[in-house]
Amino acid sequence: MSTTERKPILLDFEKPLAELEARITQIRELAEENDVDVSDEIRQLESRAMQLRQEIFSSLTPAQRLQVARHPRRPSTLDYIQAITDEWIELHGDRGGSDDPALLGGVARLNGQPVLMLGHQKGRDTKDNVARNFGQASPGGYRKALRLMEHANRFGMPIIAFINTPGAWAGLDAERLGQGEAIAYNLREMFRFEVPIICTVIGEGGSGGALGIGVGDRLLMFEHSVYYVASPEACAAILWRDAAKAPQAAEALKITAEDLRQLGLIDEILPEPVGGAHADPLKATEILREALVRHLSELNQMTGQQRRDLRYQKFRAMGIFSELSA
Amino acid sequence: MSLFDWFANRRKSGPVNQERQEREIADGLWSKCEKCGVLAYTKDLRANQMVCLECGHHARVYSDERIRQLIDPNTWKPLDEGLTAVDPLKFRDRKSYSDRLREMQEKTKLADAVQTGIGRLEGLPVALGVMDFRFMGGSMGSVVGEKLTRLIERATRERLPVVIVCASGGARMQEGMLSLMQMAKISGALDRHRDARLLYIPVLTHPTTGGVTASFAMLGDIILAEPKATIGFAGRRVVEQTLREKLPDNFQTAEYLLEHGFVDAIVPRTQLKKTLAQLIRLHQPVAAPASPPVHHLEGIRPLSKTTLE
Repeated sequence: MSTTERKPILLDFEKPLAELEARITQIRELAEENDVDVSDEIRQLESRAMQLRQEIFSSLTPAQRLQVARHPRRPSTLDYIQAITDEWIELHGDRGGSDDPALLGGVARLNGQPVLMLGHQKGRDTKDNVARNFGQASPGGYRKALRLMEHANRFGMPIIAFINTPGAWAGLDAERLGQGEAIAYNLREMFRFEVPIICTVIGEGGSGGALGIGVGDRLLMFEHSVYYVASPEACAAILWRDAAKAPQAAEALKITAEDLRQLGLIDEILPEPVGGAHADPLKATEILREALVRHLSELNQMTGQQRRDLRYQKFRAMGIFSELSA
Repeated sequence: MSLFDWFANRRKSGPVNQERQEREIADGLWSKCEKCGVLAYTKDLRANQMVCLECGHHARVYSDERIRQLIDPNTWKPLDEGLTAVDPLKFRDRKSYSDRLREMQEKTKLADAVQTGIGRLEGLPVALGVMDFRFMGGSMGSVVGEKLTRLIERATRERLPVVIVCASGGARMQEGMLSLMQMAKISGALDRHRDARLLYIPVLTHPTTGGVTASFAMLGDIILAEPKATIGFAGRRVVEQTLREKLPDNFQTAEYLLEHGFVDAIVPRTQLKKTLAQLIRLHQPVAAPASPPVHHLEGIRPLSKTTLE
């Protein structure tokens, strides 16, 4: 997860901050060359930079949050799994002829307890992204996930799912192999498992492709992650007939963690380090690990049937409508 | 001039009474098949359940008509008619969702995109849900999700088979994530229905796509489809864009899904009620077969010590 050596990737709204930081570096270099003490000025400028960063990241628009959620340096499923577990072995294959690299999973140990971890995997660079199909899982990916979750249920291992996909793969092969059926089957089967299920949106939660591993006892979201019924780009193209209206669609669709908490759809928002999870991946990892262990210890107290009943009631209560008495 | 030429000329010049004919189409007296163009007396077409008498094209049928086709007269009890959509996100694209809802309700006289109820099908009690494509493309928001969930839960309590006639563009964007979660909610209710060993048959009609395909449309114990219906997860145009090449002609049709193993049978609409009744009857519990009558045992000598020796 070491990103320190690489050049940072700047989002457009981070530009003022980058300029300020460049100026601080410049002043520091000048002072060193001329042997002048400017530490007071630098301290002042640095605290202003910190303040600016906080201001920017505490008032992101939904469209900006979408950019943070899709940031190429944002920690991925594999980054988190490797960082929070004591041990981890990836398992492969749907036993039906495919192994989808866009949705991975395996057995691991978290805080001493054996668990099953799975999630969408985006690539870390262009080449990796092509191999991982940009985190867009195929029917084989959902069927591998189901196979692994059934395995976990049989061995009493809690299921920890990480959601990070722009959506399920929409190719000819995906349709031929039954993308709809594969996702539908997971939705139904995830209600059956007796083991605890915790789902966390770590980046973007793209529609049915996200929900396909998203039926859990707890739904958590990182502060700058997003979860949507249709991508703002697709929504704008359909409803506004203009893909350039994506920022308006991002606003209207209510995709942010805070919006979804208010709609009663998620349980907890995991705070991110200032500047987003990619600015301080270690900190983000600690936050995630703490939350998972805490929720897991709550869920471990219940019986399998209790967890199934509560999971049903949780989703049963989702929806807002009005009812006239007959 | 041969008789053939006479007909050809006549066709070229068009019918003399074209104006009158158009008026009658507008009045709904005559209907033109959108596939083969043949005119049919609307009464005859309706009697044939809106299936073209000439080419067999299945014209769109809306929820009221569909319920009439499937449910025995005077046995339909609608459920949850008082459920209506609100605008939880205050969603506004080029028009506000509230306005859209009001317009749709006025235009279609429907509360939302699904009708649910209990009725008899060839005398067999069933829980039936019928989606209606006229209402915002049959899209699924909180009301569709809640009505179908209540229908399935009731069927589980009363031990009834569930039939859902699907026709939908998918989840309703105007209700955001609330719509997506209906996919999970309905799937959970179907899980309990299935646990009770009860039969669920979705009927996939044109079009069944998106979030409906990725949930209850594909969760049937037995899945039926209407001929030529478009059925898929992603929109055809989206797939075309990812592929950048031409798709097979029958791509995402009922026939394509049958070929690839995702539906059990394609049933013409005129056979649908009969087929559903037959399937439901085949899955009804029968009294356990009685122990075989004695005469079957005649001639078989019971094992005894003497025969073993």
